[in-house]
Amino acid sequence: MNAGRDTGAAATPALGGGARVGAVMREVLYALVPALCVYVWWFGWGVVVNLALAALTALAAEAAMLAVRGRPVSMFLGDTSALVTAVLLGFAIPPLAPWWVIVLGTAFAIVAAKHLYGGLGYNPFNPAMVGYVLLLVSFPREMSTWPAALGPGVAASPLGIQDAWALIFHGHTAAGAAVDAVSAATPLDAVRTGVGLGRPVDAIRAGAAFGHVGGHGGEWINLAILAGGLWLLARGIIGWSIPVSLLAALALLAGLFHLSDPARYADPLFHLSTGASLLGAFFIATDPVSAATTPRGRLIYGACIGAITYIIRTWGGYPDGIAFAVLLMNLAAPTIDQYTRPRLFGEGSGG
Amino acid sequence: MRRRLWRFPGGLRLPGHKAASLELPLAEAPLPERLTLALRQHIGAAAEPRVRVGQHVRKGEVLARSREYVSAPVHAPTSGRIAAIGERAVPHPSGLHAPCLELEPDGEDRWLDGLEDDQVEQPPSEPAELRARIRNAGIVGLGGAVFPSAVKLTPGPQTAIDTLVINGVECEPYITCDDTLMRTRASDVVAGAALLRGLVGAAHAVLAVEDNKPQAAAALRDALARAGEEQTGTLEVREVPTRFPAGGEKQLIKVLTGREVPRGGLPLHIGVVCLNVGTTAAVYDAVFRRRPLISRIVTVTGPGVHRPRNLLARLGTPVSHLIEQAGGYALERARLTMGGPMMGLTLSDDALPVTKATNCILVEPERAAAPALPCIRCGACAGACPVRLLPQQLYWYAQSGQFDKARTQGVFDCIECGCCSHVCPSNIPLVQYYRHAKSEIAAGERERQRAERSRRRHEMRQERLAREQAARKVRRRAPTREGAGDEGQ
Repeated sequence: MNAGRDTGAAATPALGGGARVGAVMREVLYALVPALCVYVWWFGWGVVVNLALAALTALAAEAAMLAVRGRPVSMFLGDTSALVTAVLLGFAIPPLAPWWVIVLGTAFAIVAAKHLYGGLGYNPFNPAMVGYVLLLVSFPREMSTWPAALGPGVAASPLGIQDAWALIFHGHTAAGAAVDAVSAATPLDAVRTGVGLGRPVDAIRAGAAFGHVGGHGGEWINLAILAGGLWLLARGIIGWSIPVSLLAALALLAGLFHLSDPARYADPLFHLSTGASLLGAFFIATDPVSAATTPRGRLIYGACIGAITYIIRTWGGYPDGIAFAVLLMNLAAPTIDQYTRPRLFGEGSGG
Repeated sequence: MRRRLWRFPGGLRLPGHKAASLELPLAEAPLPERLTLALRQHIGAAAEPRVRVGQHVRKGEVLARSREYVSAPVHAPTSGRIAAIGERAVPHPSGLHAPCLELEPDGEDRWLDGLEDDQVEQPPSEPAELRARIRNAGIVGLGGAVFPSAVKLTPGPQTAIDTLVINGVECEPYITCDDTLMRTRASDVVAGAALLRGLVGAAHAVLAVEDNKPQAAAALRDALARAGEEQTGTLEVREVPTRFPAGGEKQLIKVLTGREVPRGGLPLHIGVVCLNVGTTAAVYDAVFRRRPLISRIVTVTGPGVHRPRNLLARLGTPVSHLIEQAGGYALERARLTMGGPMMGLTLSDDALPVTKATNCILVEPERAAAPALPCIRCGACAGACPVRLLPQQLYWYAQSGQFDKARTQGVFDCIECGCCSHVCPSNIPLVQYYRHAKSEIAAGERERQRAERSRRRHEMRQERLAREQAARKVRRRAPTREGAGDEGQ
């Protein structure tokens, strides 16, 4: 209908013509590249193998489901939304988990969470988080075995790409080392367990798994994720309201409890720089399909995810809570939208 | 004097594409071989023909009119013979045919007696007479809404109007007919505005121009200065920021006054009357020169014509004739739009006639519409909506047939500006869905009213039958007592 379309409008500065959903998704993928590099630097090549497996599984599952549902396969594959799901899941699971973990999670995310609900645009839940939670509750051991951070410099490490491959596909390296040999508790897990044993947070954080503000190595990945997220914000791909409200609520709760008892409750910066706080705030909770869409609704949605995450981390049964918080709020999004409709132009302006 | 400007929500900054059609000066399009005059070129009741086939008419003569209050007469744009009266294709979204008159010009272009001399005279002082002249001249909103202006200028005794807004914003890309009009007829616009201000009893009149038309604004300011002391206190020219759809009536009133027209209400409910600059010039013609509305400026532009320009075209002129005057087609396969790229109407062919609503003929290369992808609820549409609707929700309701929800969520507040479709990354033609929802709701409403009427009829019949039966019962018993029961039969 309109001819002005070929030139970008004010509201979408980054986007040109054509089917722009694909462009949005690709920008999201680019924004994760720095984080991926840092990830490999600190934790070896496992994440790359996982991402490759996830991507292949996602594309295969997406193509198969599109074919089964009689949709134009090439057009919808081109939107690359399946790749985004795969990459987020690849980032979320432990990098040396057995190959079938990521394959199962990705396939479930695409087939059940996305296509059984009607495909792109119709899924009420974030597919990557559905896949993640399925894995977390079904395979707690595989999903909680995280490798310790390596020293800077991958080349010298025992976890080159061949070792990572061998661990993921065979469960041990060529030299016979199993995953357990390189694993360590994550910072969130360490704090949870330590505090449960009555140790003060300060003492726990003196351990090797910890870095300057968050996890050793992990905090640098999070910094790269933050950079990617800010880039998406600057490009107008995501809005500010969900990430800001999510992180603000998380920091606020963490701050209040930290002030009340610093020995039991870690400080806000620790919460922001560990686990999936930043990945969740910028890349997962901002998935528009499953989020609230009104301006006020998005603030509420983000803030609730931040609050629920803190509650689960601090008092719940899992070290991190982003995935559960996102799914819970996905459930609430339509209701939030209904009660936060903006005042229409001329509404209540009297006459 | 108030200097502050307000903002309306949403909106877009669009590339103007306006320079091309302003290179050549305004020219009058020559007489075509035949004029096709739709009997309804306005909102309201169709005009009824007052001429016969074969009759000779003079320029300016009334060809059709209606007794209805909300309607507008149609005049002969030139002298000639009525060649036919019947259904013809007209520019309308439905694509349906509508009653038209066909006029075959005799080439003499002779005015009706008494109108030959183009003389400027003092307008009548009586408001009722002024309104009658505006009504009889067939003037409707030339910005595209084509609502009969005389009706708009009759706010009623209870309504106090404080501000008259003359809309020269012309916010849609490509269109320059109002810009041209303001440059070439600034003093007529100012005189018309001064007259209209008095007519509606407003203390204040604002001539609003988008800030991408400095020449038009300067021309208006010059004309205002020449008009003298008398007007300077009550009339002002104001430039508003270029932002689509700043020219929408409600959006412009918000920008100028900070007031929002209430939902379902009219500008006059907040003390404002708003008229387009072209309409104002037409009012000037009607009251100062006794000339009815028989022509208008049309922008013929786009990459599909050789020499984009503005033309003074007689109503009823075929679009193809105007395209010839603009150097002809520059493309093999062109797509024609009446109006601008955002809100315009796609024309099925170039034989369609110019109507009072035709501000622009846009000729573009034909392009396959990008296939629509599913909505990903990104909310870009909500950010662009000047009414603060949630277009993604309305789309959901419209496509799933939940028209009641669409209504409560404000589908009738939609001004169909097209901002939402424009920013949609999935290329969803959102406005089409809202139009569909609106027409479905309207059809449902008509159906409901019809059902209600027949239910009432049925109930009344039942009541009547019951009454009659009761009466018969009474009568059956009554004669035995009184013997005079059949009096009323």
